Amino acid sequence: MTSKEALYHYVLKMGDSSLIMGHRLSEWTAHGPVLEHDIALTNIALDYIGQARMLLTYAGELEGKGRSEDDLAYWRDAAQYRNSLLCELPNGDFGQTVVKMFLFDAFQVELHEALSQSPDEQLKAIAIKSLKESKYHLRYSRDWVLRLGDGTEESKIRIANGLEAVWMYFGDLFAPSEGESVLVSDGIVPETASLRKRVEETLRKTFEEATMAVPDFDAVMQEGSQRGIHTEYLSYILSEMQSVTRMHPGATW
Amino acid sequence: MEEQEKLARFQERIDSGQKIEPKDWMPERYRKQLTRMISQHAHSEIVGMLPEGNWITRAPSLRRKVALLAKVQDEAGHGLYLYSAVETLGVTREDVINEYLEGRAKYSSIFNYPTLTWADIGAIGWLVDGAAIINQTMLARGSYGPYSRAMVRICKEESFHNRQGYEIIYTLAQGTPEQKQMAQDALNRWWQPAIQMVGPPDDNSPNSAETMRWQIKVESNDVIRQRFIDRTVPQAHAAGLTIPDDQLKFNEETGHWETGPIDWDEFWRVVKGNGPCNRQRIQDRINAEREGQWVLDAAAAYAKKQGKKQLTLTE
Ligand SMILES: [Fe+2]
Ligand SMILES: [Fe+2]
Repeated sequence: MTSKEALYHYVLKMGDSSLIMGHRLSEWTAHGPVLEHDIALTNIALDYIGQARMLLTYAGELEGKGRSEDDLAYWRDAAQYRNSLLCELPNGDFGQTVVKMFLFDAFQVELHEALSQSPDEQLKAIAIKSLKESKYHLRYSRDWVLRLGDGTEESKIRIANGLEAVWMYFGDLFAPSEGESVLVSDGIVPETASLRKRVEETLRKTFEEATMAVPDFDAVMQEGSQRGIHTEYLSYILSEMQSVTRMHPGATW
Repeated sequence: MEEQEKLARFQERIDSGQKIEPKDWMPERYRKQLTRMISQHAHSEIVGMLPEGNWITRAPSLRRKVALLAKVQDEAGHGLYLYSAVETLGVTREDVINEYLEGRAKYSSIFNYPTLTWADIGAIGWLVDGAAIINQTMLARGSYGPYSRAMVRICKEESFHNRQGYEIIYTLAQGTPEQKQMAQDALNRWWQPAIQMVGPPDDNSPNSAETMRWQIKVESNDVIRQRFIDRTVPQAHAAGLTIPDDQLKFNEETGHWETGPIDWDEFWRVVKGNGPCNRQRIQDRINAEREGQWVLDAAAAYAKKQGKKQLTLTE
C-alpha cells in the first residue's frame, strides 16, 4: 500500500468518527436537558461535523477519484464506514452521552496533540484547528463526569450504568486504520495504540476524582470498525442520514 | 401620587417615545400584557426548535446540516434571551416555563404543524422566520426597553435564517422535477399557517387595543400581515412557485397583493390545542425538562460538596 492510500484510510477513520459522533450528538438538539446544555451539545456537534467536513474533503483528495465530502458521507454503506464503534452507540440518557463523549474526547485530545506535529501539512493544519476544539470538548465532558459521578445518588447510578454500557467499545478507538503501519514507519502519524497509556491516565484520574469505580482496562473489548464490521446501530444511522440524498441521485441541495 | 395621575404620566412618557425600564413604575396591566407576550415569544422560539430539529439528522448535504444545526441553536439562544427579558418583569423563567408545560401558556401556533419533507425546512426559514422578522422589527420599536432591545438583537439573526430558508426553497425549485414538487408542496401546506401567524384580524384580536395604546405593539396585525404578503408573493414568483390561492391578485391602485379568504376557523382550532402536533410538541418539551431535572440536581449537589471542600481547605 502506498503512503497516500494509507493516509486516505487513516483520514477516513478520523472523518467518519467525527461525523457519526456529531450525528449522535445532534439528536439531542431541541431535546437537550436544560436550554444551556442544548446549546452546548449543539455547539460540540457543530465542531464534530465541521471536523468531519475538513477530513472527508481531504480524504476525497487523497483518494483521487473526485469524491466530495458529501459523496463520502452520503454514498457509502456501513461496511465502507471506518468510524470507531464507540461513536455509533446510542445516546442513552445524558449520563451515557457524557461518558461516551468523555472517552472519545480524551482520545481525540491525544490524537490531535500528536498530529499537530505531523509532517503532512494538511493533516497538521486540521489537527491544530481541531485540538483547540477537542480540549474544550474534553473540559465539558470531563466536568460533567465529575458532576454526575459525584452528584446525587441517582446521577451516580446513571453515569455508572452509562459507562458500563459503552466501556467494551473503548479499545476499538485504538484500532489501527488499514495501512497505518506504513504511515508510522514514514513518521507521518504516531502508532494509534501508543496513545492508549495517556488516555487511560486521563480516564483513571477523572473517574477517581468523580468517586466512580475505575473500569477494567484489560477487559475484553469489541473491535472490527477498521474492517468495516460495525454494531447494528450504524446502518440505522446511515439509513436515516442518507435517506433524502439517496432518493434524489444527482440532485443539488 | 394618585393612581390616575401616575397612569397619565405613564401614558405621556409612552406617547413621547420614551422607553420604559424595569425599575420604572408601570400599570399592572402593562406588566401583565408584556409578561404574557414575552413569555409566549420565548416559548415560540423553543417550541420552534422541534419541527426544524426533526430534519437535522436527514439534512441532504453536510453544508445544509451545519447551517440547520446553527439555526436551531440560534433559536435556543433567542429563547434564553427572551426568558431573561421576561424575568425583568418580576417572574422567574421556571414559572413561565411551567405555565407552558402545564398547557396554560400559548406559543406561536404555526409550530403545531408537522415538517414532512426537507423542503419544509426551507419553507419555515423563508415564511415563518420571514413573518417573524416583520413582526419583530415592529416590536423593536415598542415601549418596553428590555423587550425592544432583545428584538433588535434577535432580528439580525432572523434575517439570516430567512435568507437561508429562501435559498433552500429556491435551490429546490430550480432542481429536479421531484425537488420542485417538494418545494411547491411545502409552500402549499405552509402558506395559510404563515399568513395567519401574525395573529387574527384587528377586529377580532382581544389584546390589540391595549397593547397598541401602550405601544407594546406599534402596528396592527392587519398591517403586519399585509407587509408580509407583499414581500413574499414576489419571492415565490421569482422562484417559479405558485402561491396556493386562486383569488390572489395585485391591486394596482393600492399597490398591495390581495388574498382570498383566510381560514380563521383553522387558526382558532390550532390555537385551542387541536392542531396536528400540539400534544407532541408539549410532550417533547416535558420530556426534555424531565431529563434536565436529575442533571440539574446532580450539578447542584456537586457544587454544594465542592463548596464544602473549599471551606475545609481554607479553614
Ligand atoms: Fe428566533
Ligand atoms: Fe429564526
